[in-house]
Amino acid sequence: MPGKLKAKIVAGRHLPVMDRASDLTDAFVEVKFGNTTFKTDVFPKSLNPQWNSEWFKFEVDDEDLQDEPLQITVLDHDTYSANDAIGKVYIDIDPLLCTEAASVISGWFPIYDTIHGIRGEINVLVKVELFNDLNRFRQSSCGVKFFCTTSIPRGYRAAMVHGFVEELVVNEDPEYQWIDRIRTPRASNEARQRLISLMSGELQRKIGLKVLEMGGNAVVGYLQCFDLEGESGLVVRAIGTACTLEKHSSGSLVNTHTHPNTAPASNACNSPSKDGKEPVFGEDLPSSSGPPTPFRNLPTSSSSPPPFSPCKPCSRQSSSSDTDLSLTPKTGMGSGGSAGKEAGPLKTLLRQQTQTALEQRGASSSGLLLNAREFPFFTLTSFPPSFLVHVGGVVSARSVKLLDRIHNPDEPETRDAWWEELRQEIKSHAKALGCHAVVGYSENTSICEEVCILSASGTAAILNPRYMREGCLDIGSTDQRFDDPSPPSCGFCHIPYDELNMPFPAQLTYCYNCRRQKVPDVLFTTINLPAEAAVTGKGCLIQARLCRLKKKAQGEVNATAISNLLPFMEYELHTQLMNKLKLRSMNALFGLHIQISVGENMLLGLASATGVYLTALPAPGGIQIAGKASGDLNNEQHVQSIQKRINDTIAKNKELYQINPPELTEEGVGSPIPEPRHRSRLFRSHSESSDEVSELDLSHGKKDAFVLEIDDTDAVEDIHSLLTDASPPTGFYTCNTETMPGIYNWTTAVQMFTSVRVLRLSNANLSNQSLNKIFTDLCENLLKSFYFKLRSNIPCCLCHLNFTVAVPEEELIQVSVTAVAMTFDKDQNQEGFITKGGNETEEQLQFPLELCADSSSTNAQPSSKFSGVPENTIVSSRAASVDYGSFADRCSTWLELLRLKANTIRRGSVKTSRRTQSLAHSVSSLEHCSPLTEGRPRSLRSSRSFGGSSVTMVKMTPLSFLPGTRIIKFLGIINMFFIRETTSLREEGGVSGFLHTFIAEVFAMVRAHVAALGGNAVVSYSMKDCVLMENPNKNQAQCLINVSGDAVICVRETDQEPMTSMTNIGQTCAADGAT
Amino acid sequence: MAVELDVFVGNTTIMDEEVYQLWLDGYTVNDAVKVRMAGGVLDECEANQDVLLSDTMDQYRTFQMCERLLQSPAKLANQLLFQIPPHRQTMLIERYYAFDDVFVREVLGKKLSKGTKKDLDDISAKTGVTLKSCRRQFDNFKRVFKVVEELKGPLVENIRQHFLLSDKLARDYAAIVFFANNRFETGKKKLQYLTFQDFAFCAGQLINNWTVGAVDNMVEDMDVDLDKEFLQELKELKILITDKDLLDQHKSLVCTALRGKTKAFAEMEANFKNLSRGLVNIATKLTNTKDVRDFFIDLVEKFIEPCRSDRWTPADIKLYLTHYTNSAHILDSFKHQAVWDRYMGVIKSCIYKMYHD
Repeated sequence: MPGKLKAKIVAGRHLPVMDRASDLTDAFVEVKFGNTTFKTDVFPKSLNPQWNSEWFKFEVDDEDLQDEPLQITVLDHDTYSANDAIGKVYIDIDPLLCTEAASVISGWFPIYDTIHGIRGEINVLVKVELFNDLNRFRQSSCGVKFFCTTSIPRGYRAAMVHGFVEELVVNEDPEYQWIDRIRTPRASNEARQRLISLMSGELQRKIGLKVLEMGGNAVVGYLQCFDLEGESGLVVRAIGTACTLEKHSSGSLVNTHTHPNTAPASNACNSPSKDGKEPVFGEDLPSSSGPPTPFRNLPTSSSSPPPFSPCKPCSRQSSSSDTDLSLTPKTGMGSGGSAGKEAGPLKTLLRQQTQTALEQRGASSSGLLLNAREFPFFTLTSFPPSFLVHVGGVVSARSVKLLDRIHNPDEPETRDAWWEELRQEIKSHAKALGCHAVVGYSENTSICEEVCILSASGTAAILNPRYMREGCLDIGSTDQRFDDPSPPSCGFCHIPYDELNMPFPAQLTYCYNCRRQKVPDVLFTTINLPAEAAVTGKGCLIQARLCRLKKKAQGEVNATAISNLLPFMEYELHTQLMNKLKLRSMNALFGLHIQISVGENMLLGLASATGVYLTALPAPGGIQIAGKASGDLNNEQHVQSIQKRINDTIAKNKELYQINPPELTEEGVGSPIPEPRHRSRLFRSHSESSDEVSELDLSHGKKDAFVLEIDDTDAVEDIHSLLTDASPPTGFYTCNTETMPGIYNWTTAVQMFTSVRVLRLSNANLSNQSLNKIFTDLCENLLKSFYFKLRSNIPCCLCHLNFTVAVPEEELIQVSVTAVAMTFDKDQNQEGFITKGGNETEEQLQFPLELCADSSSTNAQPSSKFSGVPENTIVSSRAASVDYGSFADRCSTWLELLRLKANTIRRGSVKTSRRTQSLAHSVSSLEHCSPLTEGRPRSLRSSRSFGGSSVTMVKMTPLSFLPGTRIIKFLGIINMFFIRETTSLREEGGVSGFLHTFIAEVFAMVRAHVAALGGNAVVSYSMKDCVLMENPNKNQAQCLINVSGDAVICVRETDQEPMTSMTNIGQTCAADGAT
Repeated sequence: MAVELDVFVGNTTIMDEEVYQLWLDGYTVNDAVKVRMAGGVLDECEANQDVLLSDTMDQYRTFQMCERLLQSPAKLANQLLFQIPPHRQTMLIERYYAFDDVFVREVLGKKLSKGTKKDLDDISAKTGVTLKSCRRQFDNFKRVFKVVEELKGPLVENIRQHFLLSDKLARDYAAIVFFANNRFETGKKKLQYLTFQDFAFCAGQLINNWTVGAVDNMVEDMDVDLDKEFLQELKELKILITDKDLLDQHKSLVCTALRGKTKAFAEMEANFKNLSRGLVNIATKLTNTKDVRDFFIDLVEKFIEPCRSDRWTPADIKLYLTHYTNSAHILDSFKHQAVWDRYMGVIKSCIYKMYHD
């Protein structure tokens, strides 16, 4: 009996009237955990009952503690007939199992009924007493902390990053069980809610066990998803990154001076930024208000390297296997490829794969470690400086599967194998890019009937091994650039792959920032923009949207049709992204997320990313329009007018996003002006067979333009859609990453919101074009709506704009968006950061340009040809393979010079990075001097329970932080699943009214749980699923929502007290007896 | 192609004050969109009509969901469904309980019953206030009335605490409740010139001086019912007009005091007995519920109209009533000074407030 769970039911309020005769309710409460149930007395005739029950005690295994939720049911006592249920509260007690998280759950919870929604509130107290259990064969993993945040949580330091953890559990969906025919919708919904709650508890426990085995104590970037596979079952799966986290101010033992950002900087050999760092703290300290802390007295030498495993010497020889891989012709990130090849004899193939996957697993001697090594994936999207060494580009893989019933829930091999297969593919893509790791990794599904598209994507990268557990990465395989101290502001842009053996054709130039390494002309990633990156101007949200009709079909025919369409969709999405990026005069995408959603008669593709101009990368060329060669005068004029519009838009965008990179003359760069022949051309993929595609000439000359040919109507439409994307109105910025480069002075005003829009396509025979237009307008109109609604927040940035598309029914398109509007201080914006940053950039660029030698001197034939379809990931351009050897010869004399200059340059860049970081640090450095982590929640709690009818304001944000505040405590993960159903749709204001209420209710329940844990904010909030089914004719609708986030306590940066923003309003409702 | 569903939900509930007002005023969504467009809100954010429509729908839905809470404002503070900062809550409540003077003028003193509710269409047509808004206002009156009916303690304070209203609005509601309870006649043609604020002021005077609560503050309905004992005592004032000597004495005292101080002296002297009879008769009849209802019409007929026809200025009124009241104290045989003061204090300030065009 390793745990005792205690619960006390204090009171209720605002209960619904259950007895029409008296207009009152005779309420009592059932408290259930596992198979044990307790009841309170009936509190007769009151809508505000005061039960003040005894402590109900449950003696349970900690395994159960992790899996099971505490279930509280409020009922109306009825002497003559069955008692009527008022509603339920499920309380996840996981946060209480962590010593560092919450110690008690206490507060008002909304009483929720799946048919009626929130019906009053109940005040509950929950505590857990855990006994120490040293059984090493235990099944529980109490104490492992979970974070949704996809970065090292603030206030913590990553002592070690262990790697990828994944798990999935499957079950039958209660909605599809035979019993569902005879039970009430309420009973069915509750069975489903409970099952999913149990499954996610189990999943978390299992992942926790893996983490413990790996020697970690936490999972960051925990992403949990549900696949509602209908008849074939219910899958709950999760991925995450196992870490060993250390708390910053967890006592005098831990050196308060090192936080995650400095730790890596103390790179033993040659971190250029090290010297620069310490003064930063000196500068920062006085400004950090708060009590004088002992930490200033600490010797500065205390910033000793953290306890990392010693750096493994890099051996270059072992790279052979990788080189092999990268030379195989099939290495393209051909996400389409995999989809295509499986479409045939699907099921047999499947079985085989399952077997092989299992064999592989069985063969791996020390399963977990190898698993981590097998998949060097990281769900993190932001990293401590110098963690990320180089970034290769986006890698993604998709496959189409036919669902069949899960026969044995205890052995979910099939699903496991499916994912395993995708991960293998991702891994090989990463290797092909010369990378040993994938960061910003995520997995998704889209299900329609029996067809399921599995997608996985991430960013191939080279990581600093000093953070890793030994053996976690194939470090040896990487090249010499590894120990090369690249300036943090551009280092990650430098190509990780060998330029002689480029995995794909790309145009390389010398880094415009440091002039020492090669960079690609365009960089696509799924991660957040590194804080230290040098960026010119602002960024913006860039979206590619695409609809493709498909014939209705069944089974394998359908799957084949879908897999045939996928590569074209990916290609077109990629083309759109590329064009839109160029139109904005930007050269890199961050936070790229491509979603392909399948419906009965169409596929929807939506790619969202944040475009920026990376100072280190070359300026993008323009876009050139080419007409038919027919010399038709009208046509010529048309072409010219379009060209003019495009050029005007580019110019306008440059101004809008403040992109004024220092002009580099072509002569200075030394690149020859490319001949017109070598200009890139964009072909409409669907008008070409895949064979032709492989011969595409897609090279982008250095300064030369993308050419759009407008000899067919599609292209006209393309160009049109390119130009119809409205830029945000004055005062607004948009991005789907955490923050916008160039904006630092956020105010504390945040407004998180969720918006859902469903469009019904009226006539069935729409063309692809008109469908595209409809879809594009839908997204654009949503954005316009946001601007309008949030106009009072100006100047503000819509951050973390997360679009999700779905095709819930044949003629419906659903788009859901969750984002946060963050206001910033405009005046300060002009001074300080930006200008300083800008100056420095210029400063850096004043250094001789001749060093950036002829990057695009020769245009040789690519060494490897594309056999598949061009991937969605990398700019497919003809290799400007520079003769490195001869170049090195020519430069050998320069090299000395170069090194000298580079040093100076680096010093400049160090300054930049210091500034950038100093802001980030001002948050964390304050954390050290705060002596208040302990006992804080108590004071919060007490103040809460005094004010009888106060409601804690709970802020929510999809970001990992709240501007102007610092997180002093993580209270645990919030992971909630709700079902809402109605049989009176019209009366509830139609489907909009129904969903509006439901979303508001979900928010309310999240806030209530956070407040009960003693928190005042949710960070990394996300709405994973919003599945809506409606039947207006029957006046019915059902909706499922899954949300998650991290409950935290945060305080204003200037305060020492938590922001106890209570809403105390005179009225004292004596109902609160929380003390 | 049609938008099947369109919702926007903020963690902190987003509410536009302008749209809220349109909603309160009973505009339909489409009308509200037109009003907003005319107001030029579109120019602000490069929006179009669709955006405006979507926004208006969202907000209307939010308000509809909030309405239940607004009807018992105390719940708004501790409900969990909407996260609304306290100052916004105050705004929402205050606006929800605000009313149109033209509307309240129509129902003031009427029984807050279903019968009256049926007449709301007519009132709506007459006042130009939308029927929806009329209903809201009427229901607000009724709700406040019902709640405070059963409460002990001071009326204004009860309303303010229960409905979380500002002092000003709470006082107005107290007046409405007071008028509804005593069914004061306010609809006669002669009273049409009086505004709600005039009546509200008078109600405040009556509540503070003539109700049970003025002497004892822990009785039920203390501020709603007039003090019966006091009304009985008022009968004693009759002596001022029935006793011929007393009446003459009173008149001469007043005239002595007024002489030379006003242009209307002649009229005052001539009308003294008439006016005095008028005021004292009002006092003595107040034991009858029917006469209580006619209190304001009597004041106008018996006092204000004669004065107005003689072109007294408001200053004249004040002067006259001051001396009229004070002179009674000098009358030896008049023993009811306390009752007289309690009566005249209210009459004086009511008449002064009501004496305008």
